[in-house]
Amino acid sequence: MKSKVLVITSGKGGVGKTTTTANLGTALAMMGKSVVMVDTDIGLRNLDVVLGLENRIVFDIVDIVNGSCKLRQALIKDKRFDSLFLLPAAQTKDKNAVTPHQMKNLTNELRKDFDFILVDCPAGIEQGFRNAIAGADNAIVVATPEISSVRDADRIVGLLEAAGLHDSRLIINRLRSRMVKNGDMMDVDDIIDILSINLLGVVPEDESIVISTNRGEPAVMETASRAGAAYKKIARRLTGEEVPLFTLDDERILDKFRRLLKIAR
Amino acid sequence: MLDILYKIFSRDNNSSKNIARERLRLVLIHDRATISPDVLLLLKEDLIKVIREYLEIDEEALLVNLENDKESVALVANIPVKGLRRAVNT
Repeated sequence: MKSKVLVITSGKGGVGKTTTTANLGTALAMMGKSVVMVDTDIGLRNLDVVLGLENRIVFDIVDIVNGSCKLRQALIKDKRFDSLFLLPAAQTKDKNAVTPHQMKNLTNELRKDFDFILVDCPAGIEQGFRNAIAGADNAIVVATPEISSVRDADRIVGLLEAAGLHDSRLIINRLRSRMVKNGDMMDVDDIIDILSINLLGVVPEDESIVISTNRGEPAVMETASRAGAAYKKIARRLTGEEVPLFTLDDERILDKFRRLLKIAR
Repeated sequence: MLDILYKIFSRDNNSSKNIARERLRLVLIHDRATISPDVLLLLKEDLIKVIREYLEIDEEALLVNLENDKESVALVANIPVKGLRRAVNT
């Protein structure tokens, strides 16, 4: 299989880029793919804690581009899956310690060993963004159903296109079906209509994300997590499989089923 | 009671989602209306190329710009014409 470099980006902060990266990476590894997740948020690294790997960091991305260590020395193997690796961002070094050219070389190097290279992009549209997209084949844009997030996503799509990344796909994160039903939250169609890019998947708002982040275990490992299930579907789509989209109706049926179970108990 | 009725009947037009969608539509019209000087220059050159086939224009004085108002964005071009080219028989 030809390896893919995917950058996960959003413009706005706090919409779930890191959570998305951690879950898609883990889900792909669960499917037997070899995956490396690259944290490019220099100075504000977080992918390590979301994955529960913060205690294993010795070297980081800046050490690699400086030549202070070998690529293999900086890659951290996941505790749970043998084919899952993390390349952590530097926490204390200068934000501009890496250049787009170096990033491109780095991702090309990683292509030799991995099926998927997931690049977690920092918020914003400055140097960190330029670095993160430099070596990418495609972009995954994460947005929540809020004006500010969709607006920033639109800007990001424009910048990605200007950089030659044309078929970006969208993940709508933290959708609250009840609010959508009451007309108090933009629906998937509204957002797709406005951004006019292809939809990769929809992830429902789910408290289990908070819990799994507390534990440092991605939600895809939790079978009961609805967000986890949505991420698993997206991961299957990334491997080229056709998987039907999560819809509100699905969820209503699930809710009913859950309620029935509660009564039965 | 009135509140509930009001909510039921006004839901479709006044729901906060529709407000969000409309505000987003307007704000994006403006966000997207930024065009880089390079692109504008290319557009200008192409415009001149096409118009020159029909009209004699003052290429130096040609002005092309994007203009915003609240609801829309327009490409406004001011092209001084020096004269018409003699019609070619068709």
